[in-house]
Amino acid sequence: MLKASDQKKLSQIHEGEKVTINSLHEGNELNRRLTSLGFTPGVDIEIMQNFGRGPMIVKVRGTKVAIGRGEAEKIKVDRWKNE
Amino acid sequence: MSDCHSPMPITNGGKQEQAFIGLKTIALAGQPNMGKSTLFNLLTGLNQHVGNWPGKTVEQRSGVFSFNGSQFNLIDLPGTYSLTANSPEEVIAREYILREKPSAVIAVVSAANLERSLYLVSELVGLPVPVVLALNMMDVAEHEGVRVDPIALEHELNIPVVAITATKAQGVKELMHVTIEMMTSPKRCAGMSPKLPLEIVNEQVAIQEILVGHLPEIYPIEWAALKLLEGDVEITRLAKSVLSEDAWQELHKILARNDSAMVQIASSRYEWIGKIIRAAVMRPKVGQIGVTERLDRVATHPVWGLVLLALILGFVFWLTFTIGAPLQKWLEANVVVKSAEWVKEILSDAPAWLSGLLADGVVKGVGSVITFLPILIIFFSSFGFLEDIGYLARAAYVMDNIMHMMGLHGKSFLPLFLGFGCNVPAVMGTRVIDSWPARLLTILIAPLIPCTARMAVVAFLAPAFFGSNAIFVSWGLVLLSLVLLVVMGVLLNKLIFKGERSAFIMEMPLYHIPNSRTVGLLVWQRSLSFIKKAGTVILTVSALIWALSYFPGGELNTSYLSQAGKFLEPAGKFLGFDWRMTVALLTSFPAKENAIATLGVLFGGSSDAGLTQMLAATYSPASALSFLVVTMLFIPCMATIAVIKQETGSWKWPLVSIGMYLVLSISAGALVYHLALAMGG
Repeated sequence: MLKASDQKKLSQIHEGEKVTINSLHEGNELNRRLTSLGFTPGVDIEIMQNFGRGPMIVKVRGTKVAIGRGEAEKIKVDRWKNE
Repeated sequence: MSDCHSPMPITNGGKQEQAFIGLKTIALAGQPNMGKSTLFNLLTGLNQHVGNWPGKTVEQRSGVFSFNGSQFNLIDLPGTYSLTANSPEEVIAREYILREKPSAVIAVVSAANLERSLYLVSELVGLPVPVVLALNMMDVAEHEGVRVDPIALEHELNIPVVAITATKAQGVKELMHVTIEMMTSPKRCAGMSPKLPLEIVNEQVAIQEILVGHLPEIYPIEWAALKLLEGDVEITRLAKSVLSEDAWQELHKILARNDSAMVQIASSRYEWIGKIIRAAVMRPKVGQIGVTERLDRVATHPVWGLVLLALILGFVFWLTFTIGAPLQKWLEANVVVKSAEWVKEILSDAPAWLSGLLADGVVKGVGSVITFLPILIIFFSSFGFLEDIGYLARAAYVMDNIMHMMGLHGKSFLPLFLGFGCNVPAVMGTRVIDSWPARLLTILIAPLIPCTARMAVVAFLAPAFFGSNAIFVSWGLVLLSLVLLVVMGVLLNKLIFKGERSAFIMEMPLYHIPNSRTVGLLVWQRSLSFIKKAGTVILTVSALIWALSYFPGGELNTSYLSQAGKFLEPAGKFLGFDWRMTVALLTSFPAKENAIATLGVLFGGSSDAGLTQMLAATYSPASALSFLVVTMLFIPCMATIAVIKQETGSWKWPLVSIGMYLVLSISAGALVYHLALAMGG
């Protein structure tokens, strides 16, 4: 059984992990671009690449999206934990 | 496919900027990377016109196609992820649909990525226009093990759905048949729109009550109310301008208490999509590693990605030097020079100035446009190929860190890189950058990339002046340019753009096999637009510079240009220039490599070897260094200026560019000259 807990910033999540978006926290402009590419609260995303610096790659709704570190820091995610 | 279009009698040379009057119009809408352009090219072939959307710097493609004996206009709307005003593209797409009211919109979606590509459709079905869904990339979906049922999709959406594979021209006839049938018998029109949460609907109604009777008729009131809740910048501005102060305050109050509405609305659209997907898509297995994943392990790796990029770019350069440069030389020798001789021969009885103007002014001007083409075509095709297979996004991703320093995205890297070959494709290549400030900044700093023409000048003059030290001088000059590129990038970003950097969010499309038609048409259109628009400017300036270098006496030595050089001599002294250097610099405007030819003429038309010796004997190392620095950094050549005008749509930015490089080159030259003098050069 997977249960959401442990809130983090998207930028802190390691490669290969799957998380659920908790909230988008930014001005409208960034949010509009994020939502049109599939980022909405509650959606599951997989971290495809994160080297700890520079932009990262995530998979959201079947699409690979590159996202800048600054932008990724503004997205709160829930990590999945095995219960 | 071939009977989807027949040759179109374009009577007045294809001058139409907009649509053919009287024909019904079909618009193509879709997100980026959905194969929309492939479908557009398939339907219109060469019967297409590329221009700009009125008053915008966004490319507009329109064309005509025939189907069953009738002709239709086809408009390719900009590829957008949504219809909310995030960028000029989105505003253009929806304004076109609302204002021009096309007879139908074909929404192109990818069967391999239905969930995200339906997002745009969820917005399109809310507009008062008949929509047909083109379910593209059926082959890719099948390959990925995704099965989409068009009939179930049609049932869920309540709009016609046709499965196609545009790259193989499958299903396109059926698509056009269904579209045209829908246009003629509008019995099915209203698609299912996403259901919104009740609290949003209530607020939407409240906003509609405020708006009623105030908005221009073209905007459906429900739609406008929804866009206001989504925080749409354009519609908010519109509402503010048409509403009374009280009504605006009331509206503002509603919007203020709904600042999270946008995310809620987007979520409910995805919920709607999710329901459709569950009914229409079978996804038997997940987690299989596709081609894209395997390639991306290298292509997006911080180290290997850069290595791969370097290899690819090295290959592009190799192509340029082994095919482009010799072809350029061949064209110069066999077409341009021969034509000029031929013109002189024919006009041997005419006044000398006339044959000079035509042969040396006009023909050489046309020639400089033509000799540009081999390199341009190589760059446009490499660029188009990399874009079409989906690699461009990876290159942008691995370069993002480095470009970040200048307040730019990775997306600016490739256009800048193209500048090493020629600044013209660099400026035109900035079209891949989606944010306008970032694009403008890239256009402004691109001329700091030393192009092949400038390197040719350096390669000739540095050995002439510095002998065995030439290699260090050349490296120093390239390094100086690149350091200035970074410095100007940082500076301009701070000054003009206030350090703002638009968010870096970019789709990494699936890799796919390139479509030769897409790449071919791109190369064709870009080259044509360069010849047409830049060509006229280049021709005019070339003729003008020729006249200045000929009149009044018929010799360069006594011409207006030389007089100007002599007049400017006191100023030139500050840079260590004599009048000949100033004239050489001025004539480098039509084409950078002119600097050598001019010096040759001014030093008595001696051979290259003779010129080398005379230059070394005439100029001090300090003057020589200063001349090289100024030549490297001088105002961009006229072809570059012409495309800056073309790409930015006004004379403002080319003039800014000229001013900026004038100041930059002269200050750098003066600095280098005096430093060199102080060091005893």
